[in-house]
Amino acid sequence: MLEMLNALLVIVLVLNLFALGTSRILSVIHIVATQGALLGVIPLLLHGRLSLPVVLAATAAIILKGMAIPAIMIRSLRAAQIKREVEPMIGLLPSVLLGAFATGFVLLFSKQLPLAGQQIDTLIVPASISTILVGFILLTTRFKALSQVLGYLVLENGIFIFGMLLVQAIPFIVEMGMFLDLFVGIFVISIITNHINQAFSSMDTRWLVSLREE
Amino acid sequence: MTMAGALICFPLIMAALATAVPSNRWRPWLLPVTATVHTALTLWVLARPDLAVSGRWLVLDPPGKLVLLVVSTLFLFCSFYCVGYLKYRQERSNRIFAACLLIFLGIMSLVTWAHHLGLMWVAIEATTLSTAPLIYFNRSKRSIEATWKYLLVGSVGIALALLGTFFLAYASVPSGLAPTLTFEELLHNAPLLSKPWLRAAFVLLLVGYGTKMGLAPMHTWKPDAYGEAPGVVGAIFAGGVTSCAFLAFLRIYHICMAAGEGPYLAPLLLLMGLLSMAVAGLFMIGQRDFKRMLAYSSVEHMGILMVGLGIGGPALFGTMLHTVTNGVTKGVLFLSAANIHRAYASKNTEQVRGAMRRLPLSGALFLAGFLAITGSPPFGPFISEFAILNGAFDGGQFWVAGLFLLFLLLVFIGMGQTVLNVLQGRAPLEVHNTPYHDGFLTAAPPLAFMSLVLLLGLYIPHPLRTLLNDAVQFLGSRP
Repeated sequence: MLEMLNALLVIVLVLNLFALGTSRILSVIHIVATQGALLGVIPLLLHGRLSLPVVLAATAAIILKGMAIPAIMIRSLRAAQIKREVEPMIGLLPSVLLGAFATGFVLLFSKQLPLAGQQIDTLIVPASISTILVGFILLTTRFKALSQVLGYLVLENGIFIFGMLLVQAIPFIVEMGMFLDLFVGIFVISIITNHINQAFSSMDTRWLVSLREE
Repeated sequence: MTMAGALICFPLIMAALATAVPSNRWRPWLLPVTATVHTALTLWVLARPDLAVSGRWLVLDPPGKLVLLVVSTLFLFCSFYCVGYLKYRQERSNRIFAACLLIFLGIMSLVTWAHHLGLMWVAIEATTLSTAPLIYFNRSKRSIEATWKYLLVGSVGIALALLGTFFLAYASVPSGLAPTLTFEELLHNAPLLSKPWLRAAFVLLLVGYGTKMGLAPMHTWKPDAYGEAPGVVGAIFAGGVTSCAFLAFLRIYHICMAAGEGPYLAPLLLLMGLLSMAVAGLFMIGQRDFKRMLAYSSVEHMGILMVGLGIGGPALFGTMLHTVTNGVTKGVLFLSAANIHRAYASKNTEQVRGAMRRLPLSGALFLAGFLAITGSPPFGPFISEFAILNGAFDGGQFWVAGLFLLFLLLVFIGMGQTVLNVLQGRAPLEVHNTPYHDGFLTAAPPLAFMSLVLLLGLYIPHPLRTLLNDAVQFLGSRP
């Protein structure tokens, strides 16, 4: 069970690097969707006994992160008629290297964290923190509004991984609330990105500079 | 149905109703109707302590009561203003605007009741989402930009707060306890929580909820959002959203204090607080956009709250009082500024001059609000800021007291310059032709806020004083 869990988390980490190294936004959406769906599967592995709330929460996560949110994003992408992130602030290869460096650093550093017994052998905490860092790299180095939203989703996925340690603390209803917030959030953000695209004829957030101190 | 259910669900049901009402003219009246019922229920639950518990996760404790009272009152006056405001905006559908305001009221009530920190996080995130369409009401390029920044900065901030919440839950695990997010259990086990995880959680929650409050340096969304949103939305943000975020932050503050982490927190809180005050003061100097100026004033007052918490003990009464006085004074300022904005169709001091003659009532209220918020007697914020300053002297923190006074002076000068530019001089001729004149619905709400500000400065009603003392006592307690 433990090997299975760690193997899935390694795939999640590899997907992070793919997301950093891809310029086609559609491909990044697919990568983030795959990552989200994989994360939905993990809670099923963590629980020895499957109960109804666990299965429901996992199903909700898979549908939301693997299907509903990607569908919303693909719609906005079609409406915007853009294909790729043209010129990220730092190039694709450097950002992959940066992401790999951050992941390696976190894996080494996580040995120092005061973790309780049963979590020392899993990759949950380092995978969570390095996914969060990759989310930040995506969020800060890309200029297209949609790419930034994808960065936010990767960040959210990283936090979701950490939440797996805390199933007892997060009741079903609260978890559903978190999913609802995420869904509504992406829905509202995608409406705004569509309006950015209509008003500025571009999804490049570098156009959004009229509000500042004179 | 329990009280919590009524306070949370009634506005949500009314929001659903608002989307169903076809008339753009009559729909805004749902706001004051809902707000009146909400305020009545709030007063009822405050008067009857036995109603303040609905299950394990929904408990209305004294700080929650205080924030619920502030936001409910603020929303009540603003709801009447909304009716007046939306009359001028009949060209545009107010369906989403009205529904989002009502959803916000319901969710805000959930924030004040939530004693499960996960649930509280869900509610705070929902306030971000329900308020985003309000900033976007004008559908201009500038408002798109403001909404985008608000959503992106706000969502990332709130995501960090979620990570902090998870760290807090995990802090129980190393000492062999089950992870938990219920407030009572965390408070009870506070001394047993793992220190590194608790401190990391504190920093993340300070950054996360601090983003929502608008503390420097995470305040960048604030001037844009407050500048582009309708004035009444600014009032609800500056008095309501920030108070809710402050309450959320008080929860982690309370747990850390119970864990004996006071000496670790205090320097961080003082640093964030004084930095916010300084940044706000610097950006107010020479500020020509008076709505952005009010946003910086909000940054400053969130800083004051942090300084109050950082001083701790003797300043806590003033800090709790300041959440009230800041909330109502922001009502005066944003609503009167909105009236001036409407009359001049500009919010830049190059065009806006002589507001005292063009709008005698709104102009006078804007001036009085300015004097009040900068801490002049005999208004409410004077009492609360003075109490915080006194706390600093009592605690022997003379450096903090000195910087606090210096930054207040800086703000007074910076803000005063802009306010006087708006009010004095001769109004350009063409503004006398704009259709706006102070009417009952747009002038009475800021006037009502101003009376409250004055009342709080002259005399704090006995029930409020008891509630403030309860809140201070509660912050030092551990079940």
